[in-house]
Amino acid sequence: MANLQGPPGWRRFRANRLALFGLGLVASLTTLAAAAPILPLPDPFTTDLTQRLLPAGSAVHLLGTDQLGRDLLSRLVWGTRASLAVGFFAVLIAAFFGTLLGLVAGWFRGWADTLLMRGIDVLLAFPYLLLALAIVAALGPGLRNAMIAIAVVNIPLFARTLRGEVLGLTERAFVDAARLAGAGHGRILFRELLPNVLPTAVVMMSTSLGWMILETAGLSFLGLGAQPPAADLGSMLGSARELLTTAPWVALLPGIVILLLTAGINLAGDGLRDLLDPRLRGEAGAWPASPAAGPAEASQSPPSEALLRAEGLSTRFVRDGASYRAVDDLTFDLAAGERLAVVGESGSGKTVTALSLLGLVPPPGRIVSGRLFFRGEDLLQVSEARRRELRGNAIAYIPQDPMTALSPVLTVGAQIGETLRAHRAISRKEALWRAHELLARVRIPQPSERLAAYPHELSGGMRQRVLIAMALANDPALIIADEATTALDTTVQSEILLLLDSLCAERGAALLFISHDLGVVARLCDRVLVMYAGQAVEEAGLDRLLARPQHPYTRALLDCVPELGRPDKTLRPIGGQPPPLDDLPAGCHFAPRCTYVRPACRDRGIALRTAAERHRVRCLRAEELPAWRP
Amino acid sequence: MTGYALRRLLQLVPVLLGISIVVFFITALLPGDPALAILGPYATPESLASLRAELGLDRPVWQRYVVWLGNVVQGDLGRSVTLQRPVIDEIAERLGPTLLLAGTALGLSVVLGLAAGAVAAAHRQRWQDNALTLAVLLGISTPQFWLALLLVLVFAVWLQWLPASGMISVYGGGDLGDLLRHLVLPTISLALVATGVLARLGRTAMLEELSQDYVRMARAKGLTERQVVYRHAFRSMLGRMMPLIGLQAGFLLSGAVYVETVFQWPGMGRMLVDAISTRDLLLVQGGVLVLASAYVLVNLLADVLQHLLDPRVRLR
Repeated sequence: MANLQGPPGWRRFRANRLALFGLGLVASLTTLAAAAPILPLPDPFTTDLTQRLLPAGSAVHLLGTDQLGRDLLSRLVWGTRASLAVGFFAVLIAAFFGTLLGLVAGWFRGWADTLLMRGIDVLLAFPYLLLALAIVAALGPGLRNAMIAIAVVNIPLFARTLRGEVLGLTERAFVDAARLAGAGHGRILFRELLPNVLPTAVVMMSTSLGWMILETAGLSFLGLGAQPPAADLGSMLGSARELLTTAPWVALLPGIVILLLTAGINLAGDGLRDLLDPRLRGEAGAWPASPAAGPAEASQSPPSEALLRAEGLSTRFVRDGASYRAVDDLTFDLAAGERLAVVGESGSGKTVTALSLLGLVPPPGRIVSGRLFFRGEDLLQVSEARRRELRGNAIAYIPQDPMTALSPVLTVGAQIGETLRAHRAISRKEALWRAHELLARVRIPQPSERLAAYPHELSGGMRQRVLIAMALANDPALIIADEATTALDTTVQSEILLLLDSLCAERGAALLFISHDLGVVARLCDRVLVMYAGQAVEEAGLDRLLARPQHPYTRALLDCVPELGRPDKTLRPIGGQPPPLDDLPAGCHFAPRCTYVRPACRDRGIALRTAAERHRVRCLRAEELPAWRP
Repeated sequence: MTGYALRRLLQLVPVLLGISIVVFFITALLPGDPALAILGPYATPESLASLRAELGLDRPVWQRYVVWLGNVVQGDLGRSVTLQRPVIDEIAERLGPTLLLAGTALGLSVVLGLAAGAVAAAHRQRWQDNALTLAVLLGISTPQFWLALLLVLVFAVWLQWLPASGMISVYGGGDLGDLLRHLVLPTISLALVATGVLARLGRTAMLEELSQDYVRMARAKGLTERQVVYRHAFRSMLGRMMPLIGLQAGFLLSGAVYVETVFQWPGMGRMLVDAISTRDLLLVQGGVLVLASAYVLVNLLADVLQHLLDPRVRLR
């Protein structure tokens, strides 16, 4: 999935209604607090013991009065002003010193960095508030000291994060360029590095402001912050504690304002973070979307000999208004026991094809149309439960990377066993015994010991064998192998290919073998389907495809395969890049990179047509191409 | 395993040393004269001088640190001037209640937080996720001290279901049921923020697990979504969360300051607040030192637990 770019940031922030609400909340409270001196409010310090604890709603005192007869509304506004001011100052101090320290440590490294980082480690070993308490204890109670304490305990967090950012930046070219241009340390630090770490600093400020306001209010609540008659929201709460039973609103109102303020800041801060740190967005890990369950169109029943038949299968990823055609109108057959290779560059739609067959396309991907028959049953029309029944059972999957495809916290035996138990009613013990058999079948030495091993204790080749054992567990009719040998080194790759070959032959399982490597495919498969930009561009028997490739892209792929004993063969990489899947060319998708291109190629979509017996190709000029000389 | 635990224990030494330096210097170097604070503004210069000598304030700072550290290692944290008893005795009485409160709050927040985080991640961008995101946001924005007051008002004053303060009833209390009844409100007040934070971190960790290849493989094997989420992803996420859970202990140990103040809980937090108000610096010093050390030890425990839970980490 290349080139996933969202709309401009502001639009995304606006789309986040919660963040917008938070921003509005903070803005109105801040405006109110800033305007406190010019608002028609009674003096917040004027006491009047005859007017004590008036309930809300009186004409003069809108929210009533506190225990000394002071106007509650006015005190709330002024208290908010104090809390906000303290929070903003604290966050500015922490950000200023933290950024400075982070820049210096990250840029100069050496002893300054070591010393600073050790110091920060020690400070971070303290519970946050505890350190603040120690500082207030030393400086003495007071709002200013509380603010200093809260700022100081936040400096290490800023310094450490920004140092990390700077370390990442110093490897980048623009810093080298500045250095080579003779820029001094100061210039590099403040003109080159600072602007680049500023977004991170701003995000940290926005996410820690809420905490800082809460914590300073807390110190005031404990009597360690604002001292009477000065008051912030925390000290108002603290001094009203005794009134909890007699006049609860006096104690509860300041807390509600703190809650609104912090919640608003946190909402807006999260929105800002999502905006500036897009890594945290995305939809990784969501449940696979159910395939399109549109009404089944009338179509000819699948040929009886086909085990698997895809008809016009199309899978798209829709994000931020752009639609990516990962698989486009794919049609093919696979007979029982047959071996079909799907080849193409990365990004050509091979893996999405595999996941579409399994019904495991990750959101925001969706199968938008087509039919997918397995033993005559349309997998796109059946229930998720039915598809689950088939997965790992009649349709097995061997994934790309054996290093990451096994669960790290379960033993090999448990993982093979659960595959068996998901589809048959057998006991745990029986499953383990069967797993043992399977491990022996895939020629893993000492299978009984391996059953109790965790995946990280096995080599890559061993793990791939485990995954093959898992695929074979329930005697599948179809095995889908997605680049199953790519992550392995060459000798191991050969062993695994031989194993796969013999096991498939032994059980008569059909194989859908996905690979970018025609050399590997040639050793294993009967037929080849070449994909480009989500479309099938050529399909033929292996021998015919190698002898008479008719699509320029297939030829280009073959030109990339080195041959043993042919040192004279010139390997020609394919020039250019595959087109972006959300902006495909109107005509032939390969036209921009094709050496045989004609104006007609760019006019409109090219159909996949039958060029010869069991040979399909998606090219206007297939017959006009010069003879292929391998 | 034992080797790993021992190695981690050894690594604690420099951290604890660093903590002792910070604690000592914050309370010893910053402006303010403890002697003046103890004797008040009307003390004579002679009595101030003699008290300073008694407290060792006339010697160079590094000497005072070495002497102090020597005493600390032997369990002598000095004498509290306001309480007129050894600091270590006071702490010995107060540490238990704080650890009890922080421990129950940690247990509650781990169970609720991780469960909520896992559910939100598994139901990403559905109503469960949105509801939990909003709840978490409210949770971490709520002032603990205010929530504590609110709980007292509702459950102790209005409904009279639970006691408003203390750890055991003055009359006829002292059994386990009585203690538990007193624990309910303080635990909830203390656990709220940590629950929110853990739910949020747990959701992120769970999303990361769910995007791993092994989750896709588990689905491809035909496991039910429940098995995929809870058997595979949640287990793996649990080990990953351990260090983050350890960090929450810090919030809980220091958050106890508010909660103990509101509920009159006889723990370290209230002791610290009182000591700061009366400028009883040795008591502050001792309290901060002990709580910070406890926090470091809890984090060590978390790392050891991660070691046990996650076979990947076990090798390192």
